[in-house]
Amino acid sequence: MSLFSTQNIRIAGISACVPRKEVSNYDFELISQKERELLVKSVGIEKRRVAEKGVCTSDLCQKSAEKLLNELGWRKDEVSILIFVTQTPDYITPATSNILQDKLGLPGSCIALDINLGCSGYVYGIAVASSLLATLGKGKALVLAGDISTATISEKDKSATPIFSDAGSATALEFESHAPEMYFNLQGNGSGYKAIIIPDGGYRNPVSSKSLEYEQVSEGIIRRKTDLVLNGIDVFNFSVNEVPKNVEELLKFSGRERQGIDYFIFHQANLLINESIRKKLKLEPKQVPYSLRNFGNTSSATIPVTIVTQLKNEITGKPLKMVACGFGVGLSWGSVYAETNRLACPDLIEW
Amino acid sequence: MQLSDFVQSIEKEFEDTRPGTVTGETEFRKLEGWSSMMALIIIAKIDSDYSVTVTAEELAECNTINDLFELVHAKAA
Repeated sequence: MSLFSTQNIRIAGISACVPRKEVSNYDFELISQKERELLVKSVGIEKRRVAEKGVCTSDLCQKSAEKLLNELGWRKDEVSILIFVTQTPDYITPATSNILQDKLGLPGSCIALDINLGCSGYVYGIAVASSLLATLGKGKALVLAGDISTATISEKDKSATPIFSDAGSATALEFESHAPEMYFNLQGNGSGYKAIIIPDGGYRNPVSSKSLEYEQVSEGIIRRKTDLVLNGIDVFNFSVNEVPKNVEELLKFSGRERQGIDYFIFHQANLLINESIRKKLKLEPKQVPYSLRNFGNTSSATIPVTIVTQLKNEITGKPLKMVACGFGVGLSWGSVYAETNRLACPDLIEW
Repeated sequence: MQLSDFVQSIEKEFEDTRPGTVTGETEFRKLEGWSSMMALIIIAKIDSDYSVTVTAEELAECNTINDLFELVHAKAA
């Protein structure tokens, strides 16, 4: 584990953007009507958003960033850091953050870099941006996080299709003397890298004609080697064993009690995992908001999507003590404790 | 932990099964309503009730509810 804190960094605002196209798991054809009902009840996901062909994560993040910058009234030349957290970039090369820097009209002096993380990525993005800002000692940063995971999944895979959904987000941070400290606890375990993986298409297993052949892996699962593999049981066991410990360590390190935290925003993995974590940490249901039912698992965008759709009034209206926690692909996980004070938070963008 | 309690708690997860029809000898994959999703639901149930982690490989080696009970019993000890 890696415990640390950053000083003088304030979260200024959060926004999110989802594609207009909505699909329902009640219409999911690979399983029976009865299984669909069990799926919605146990996994907790009814509706998902799907990006149309040609729409990239960077487009959803760009919309989020433009609306947030506008609402904050920030000048573009004030933004000195742009972090783009995604596993669905525009290209393998170059980094999409460079393209976004130009598209958003940010100055050439802006530090732009991509972070290849999924479900844990939001917390890592905030950690990297706030550490860099603290080092610079001035300026403003944007953390753009999201994925179009639906583009990575075989439509003939009943284990992954009903889980994933698409979204982009933007979070604005700024250097401000005397802003409350932010505390982080970041962890990982690469021995579990096969739990969530796209096997072919990188340089370990370059794409070949064989990569593109559909294979029947088991009943209801037909996919290519270029499609995402999700091992649900491994992910469940890892999440419920590691995440509660990580959050408890964070609370101890920051000197906070769980009762004093207004909201714990967890990555929206699935209801079985998230409720197991909530119960292990002995958190009240009202402390743990969900956006899972209507927006599914949007990878690194789940935390901002949950804040924008479930907590807009609270986060814009009053000071809050929050813990956010991401966990998944890598395996990688992390949590952050932050105090927010009347953030800018535009309504969810549909695009 | 008792086998009878364990059988009952697993049985409850299968909505189409009449109460009292499942025993230790029941092969759980042959129960009405079995699916890969049920595997995850049962692993979550065992984690919540007994604080025992059952891996995908361990589950694959179990055929009957008794096999599963023995596994959980051994790991809980």
